[in-house]
Amino acid sequence: MATLKINGETKDFDAPDDMPLLWVLRDVLGMTGTKYGCGIAQCGACTVHLDGQPVRSCLLPVGEVRDRAITTIEGVGATAAGAKVQKAWLDLEVIQCGYCQSGQIMSAAALLAATPNPDDADIDAAMAGNICRCGTYVRIRAAIKRAASEA
Amino acid sequence: MSRKSRRILLGLAGVAVIVVVAGILILRGPGPMTFAAGAKVALADYRAADPTGVPPALAKASLVERGEYLARAADCMVCHTAPGGKEYAGGFAFKLPFGTLYSTNITPDRETGIGDYTDQQFLDALHRGVRRDGARLYPAMPFTSYTYITDADALAIKAYLFSLPPVRATPPRNTLAFPFDQRWAMTFWSVLFNSDERFRPDPAQSPEWNRGAYLAEALAHCGECHTPRNPAFALDNYDKFAGAVTAGWRAYNITSDKATGVGAWSDDDLVSYLTRGHAPGHGTASGPMGEAVDHSLGRLVPEDIRALVVYLRSVPPVASPDLPATLAPPAPASYRQGGNLADIRGRRVFEGACASCHSWTGQSPLTPFATLTGARAGNDSSAINVAQIVISGTRRHTPADALSMPAFGNIYSDVEIAAVANYVTARFGSKGSAITADDVAALRKQGSQ
Amino acid sequence: MSFTHQSPLVSSRRKLLGAGIAGGLLFAFHLPVRGQDKPLKVSDVSTGPFAPNAFIRIDVTGKTTLVMPQVEMGQGIYTAIAMILAEELDADYTTVALEAAPPSDKLYGNPAFGIQATGNSNSVRAFWMPLRKAGASARAMLIQAAAVQWKVEPSACSAASGEVIHAASGRRLSYGALAEAAGRQTPPADVPLKDPKDFTLIGKPLKRFDTPAKTDGKAIYGIDVMLPGMKFATVASCSVFGGKVGKVDDTAAKKVPGVRQVVVLDDLVAVVGDHMWAARKGLEALNITWDEGANAGVNSAAIWDALRKASAGDGVVAKSTGDVAKALAGGDTIEAAYELPFLAHAMMEPLNCTVRLTPDACEIWIGTQVMTRVQSEAAKAAGLPLEKVTVNNHLLGGGFGRRLEADMVAAAVRIARQVDTPLKVVWTREEDTQHDVYRPAYRDTISASLLNGRIAAWKYKVTGSSVLARWFPPAFQKGIDIDAVDCAVDMPYDIPNFHVEYVRAEPPVPTGFWRGVGPNNNVFAIECFMDELARKAGKDPIAFRRDMLGKQPRLQAALDLVARKSNWSDTLPARAGRGVSVQPAFGSFIATVVEAEVDERGEVRLRRVTSAVDTGIAVNPDTIVAQLQGGLIFGLTAALYGEITIANGRVEQSNFNDYRMLRIDEVPPIEVHVIKSGEAPGGIGETGVTAGPPALRNAIYAATGVALRRLPIDKEAIAVRSKT
Ligand code: FES
Ligand code: FES
Repeated sequence: MATLKINGETKDFDAPDDMPLLWVLRDVLGMTGTKYGCGIAQCGACTVHLDGQPVRSCLLPVGEVRDRAITTIEGVGATAAGAKVQKAWLDLEVIQCGYCQSGQIMSAAALLAATPNPDDADIDAAMAGNICRCGTYVRIRAAIKRAASEA
Repeated sequence: MSRKSRRILLGLAGVAVIVVVAGILILRGPGPMTFAAGAKVALADYRAADPTGVPPALAKASLVERGEYLARAADCMVCHTAPGGKEYAGGFAFKLPFGTLYSTNITPDRETGIGDYTDQQFLDALHRGVRRDGARLYPAMPFTSYTYITDADALAIKAYLFSLPPVRATPPRNTLAFPFDQRWAMTFWSVLFNSDERFRPDPAQSPEWNRGAYLAEALAHCGECHTPRNPAFALDNYDKFAGAVTAGWRAYNITSDKATGVGAWSDDDLVSYLTRGHAPGHGTASGPMGEAVDHSLGRLVPEDIRALVVYLRSVPPVASPDLPATLAPPAPASYRQGGNLADIRGRRVFEGACASCHSWTGQSPLTPFATLTGARAGNDSSAINVAQIVISGTRRHTPADALSMPAFGNIYSDVEIAAVANYVTARFGSKGSAITADDVAALRKQGSQ
Repeated sequence: MSFTHQSPLVSSRRKLLGAGIAGGLLFAFHLPVRGQDKPLKVSDVSTGPFAPNAFIRIDVTGKTTLVMPQVEMGQGIYTAIAMILAEELDADYTTVALEAAPPSDKLYGNPAFGIQATGNSNSVRAFWMPLRKAGASARAMLIQAAAVQWKVEPSACSAASGEVIHAASGRRLSYGALAEAAGRQTPPADVPLKDPKDFTLIGKPLKRFDTPAKTDGKAIYGIDVMLPGMKFATVASCSVFGGKVGKVDDTAAKKVPGVRQVVVLDDLVAVVGDHMWAARKGLEALNITWDEGANAGVNSAAIWDALRKASAGDGVVAKSTGDVAKALAGGDTIEAAYELPFLAHAMMEPLNCTVRLTPDACEIWIGTQVMTRVQSEAAKAAGLPLEKVTVNNHLLGGGFGRRLEADMVAAAVRIARQVDTPLKVVWTREEDTQHDVYRPAYRDTISASLLNGRIAAWKYKVTGSSVLARWFPPAFQKGIDIDAVDCAVDMPYDIPNFHVEYVRAEPPVPTGFWRGVGPNNNVFAIECFMDELARKAGKDPIAFRRDMLGKQPRLQAALDLVARKSNWSDTLPARAGRGVSVQPAFGSFIATVVEAEVDERGEVRLRRVTSAVDTGIAVNPDTIVAQLQGGLIFGLTAALYGEITIANGRVEQSNFNDYRMLRIDEVPPIEVHVIKSGEAPGGIGETGVTAGPPALRNAIYAATGVALRRLPIDKEAIAVRSKT
């Protein structure tokens, strides 16, 4: 039995060290907001924060996490940047099917926390690892700017 | 013709012969172990523990089991297996500038494999590069290294191969252009470049060194990739282990040179790299070296790895002038600093496909295997391996939790791959590269598969 | 407003009610993480205090539940349906609750197909009148009930925001208070519908119902369903189409920690584990020998050869007017052939299906575009009668046509038959990509002749697989696939001599509907050829088209608007160009201009995209803009990068590293202009998909002078040095 610090709570779980965090979250802990899209760090659907940094949980062995703080889409609303991003996402109606959006929001929240006033190149650098098959990119860009302007 | 002129002519002829012989000798160069100046002795005359054969723990194992270990050490399988094909059934393509060679089926199938080979025929192939029908093998088969394998070990390997299920499979026809399709020409090549001698230990060196030498030279054939070749395509041991480009990948300098070889690596680093294909701060083995670790080196017993390390450490330093002597520290955390900013495409590919795993700093948040900081490839301003890894990815099996990198060659154009390779070397190396789309196109053609 | 992603409200209605009242709120979200609530049953729709039809239920507290016959896959249809129903019902839109409909072709069949399917961008088109009538008739019954109670004429009453009002006396009664009495009213035979000028909801950019739960991880997609005691499985099918399982050695797989079972069926192998990771590791550890079957030698080159050969023969005539042969012979004739590749759907949510199978019942959790087909496939695979199969539909993480199939359900149920626990089967991205039903490869040949700068004759032949013939045989009549010739037989240009043929040619690769369906192909070929003809006629591409759109005023207006908005006539740098496309597809009239530049090596960069669309009454204009933005990106992704290739009977692509997607840093500004219109609504989900590729190709044509006739874009063909 091991523990993880997720969204400020301590969670016990039982899983091998090499199991990616994604599957611990989804299949062991039932936290299904974090999505599986590719399993090879190419789509960003599985993005979570590790001590505030965005990481792709589909390739992150849970054994590497140790006592670092994990934030998932279920908890990112409790952070200032996360809340702003979620609000902007709704204000501009970014989302279509929504499957990629947990990851998009996590990446955007990490971007805003590190770069409060991102320009287009900052957005590209932080968001290009997140694929949206529904093509919501135009609104993602606008919503990040909107969130940034609501400091 | 006057006597005088005849004498002059004869004299000239003599000089010519001397020049030719000297030329050949120079071309032929020293043998792989000549750098260790001690007098070598025949194995039978060597007093210390036998450096050949299997490790002591396997001494009592069956012939087939011993052969299996030795075949692994000689890494027969990788070259004799086509991608997705049956093991040892051949068909692996060696893409050469003058055509493609396909490895042969070495399963015991009688018609398409080596099922009909006698012991002597097997030894002839392994030691002398002569096929059962008398035809000459090309040196893609490293018989100039295997020639140092003892008869006993060679026959153990044969016993192992003959214990495998026969597979009926004929590899595709070679597509070599004239004159390279003339196998008979290899007879002369062999006379010049194949010593056709078995391993001779050096009593002046430690037993561990001798075991390492046998493993490195006879079985693992390290020099086939890491030693540059002369104009006749034979190993040039003047620059032994100084690094070379083989099959579109760059095998790095593994001499004891501190700046550009492995002289500054700790023993633990070397052991880790040889067994896991990764050493902290030194990057991760990919391409042919990744395969060598996965299928061969990573499966040797620890004493054998230590012996290899001892041997490697004794190889004289040769500097690689084109490799920066210093490694770059981790790159800045922001994309705004570092990297090649001249070509926006490089950053575009990196931010989309690479940054998620490798991070902007080069220190992977996911796995040490994806950390670029300290990796030789990123510090290599030829960017050959960086481009090659982007094209074909890596497929690692050792250790069990090793992460592989997917191949991106099908979705990115030559322009984009050149751009991202230049971006990566500028960002994570101490001297950026400037490869072009044409270079990438050429690399795509060279990668063996 | 609230919304449930599936239909658990029935059994939990009391609970919800309690929560709503206790919390002083109307109705809180109810998004069960574990998804084991009982789904809505067909019979339930006629119970309850007031259930005037299949779409509306109002209980005594006034809670108004709208039942969604179409599925939500990102296109915003839940919101559009709710808006239409609430508009005519005069419900309090801010408090309505949504439920997904249970499987029933009878109650929820798409009027366009006759079965319960969401596709072809026709949800709003097909349900526009039925939903309005349902809303209006329910409102009429509520008004009647109030009128009876007040003893006044119904005509003296009106309704607004969930209340009936008697203006003369100022009396008001809430829908909740009227629910029971309304249930006793006879539905009126013919109710008047609102005049569109009185719409209070329709036409407003209202917020979507489904998006809040998609911002905080609460939304449950099929892949997220968790059941007590559930195990996880992942599958491998033979990578050669039609191949079978030969031998399976599971010794190593069974040693993987967490692996519970290896299920071997004739065509696939599944590993069942405590979680997806165990199942995946187990699958990797299996040693499977496949019996590859007849297709092991198939490759792309041969498939294209066969398609080209088929395309050389005569097809079935789909439409013919005038005398094409004569007109072609008499004019200045040019010819071209266009080819489009196989494409995968690559929805972000990989295929999945969760099954709970007991000896006498089967329950399915999934996100699907075809509820009733899922039910019947499950029944067949489980060997149970239809009524023993319950289907819980969820939000779809993208559909794009892939979820118009039920193959994943049949597979999951067959696996579940071998397993004792509830089972979630998830396909890896790689399996999903390699076992898709692919957008057919097409070849289109066109010849046309010009006379005085206009097209005098047009002869067009489509060759490709017929998805309809497999998917919906009744629609495949006399050799014509009406989808495959969609937008070809009803071309907008005024051409006196006109002839369209269809050749059905089936490749050894499974094919299916793909976002944009038939128009993808036809609009591409037609609009590319229009540019080649314009050049031949020495005319500007927009002017050339405009001249022949006299009978299509809506399209002409869209074209004029896009020309203005895109700065069509402004000069561009060298090797940059603008391209246009117009199309009447899916009942929407759209003109699009793509601006792109091509560098020396043939690398393409998108600079700007502008669309102008007349889609009739825009139910939710913001959704229309969003769908076009997304659809354009979807189409441009395919145009730039999309191609599935076959080698040795296998798909060569597997994941996003070898099947490329457009990323945010490649996407240009996209402007969409919605033209105000009073016409009936058109479809919008696929409109952008088909509009983008020809406009991009024409931009490249303008930038480089190279007339590409194949997708994806061939960079080498447009590089400077390959121009001879
Ligand atoms: S699932 Fe992790 S990046 Fe796609
Ligand atoms: S919203 Fe559907 S994939 Fe992004």
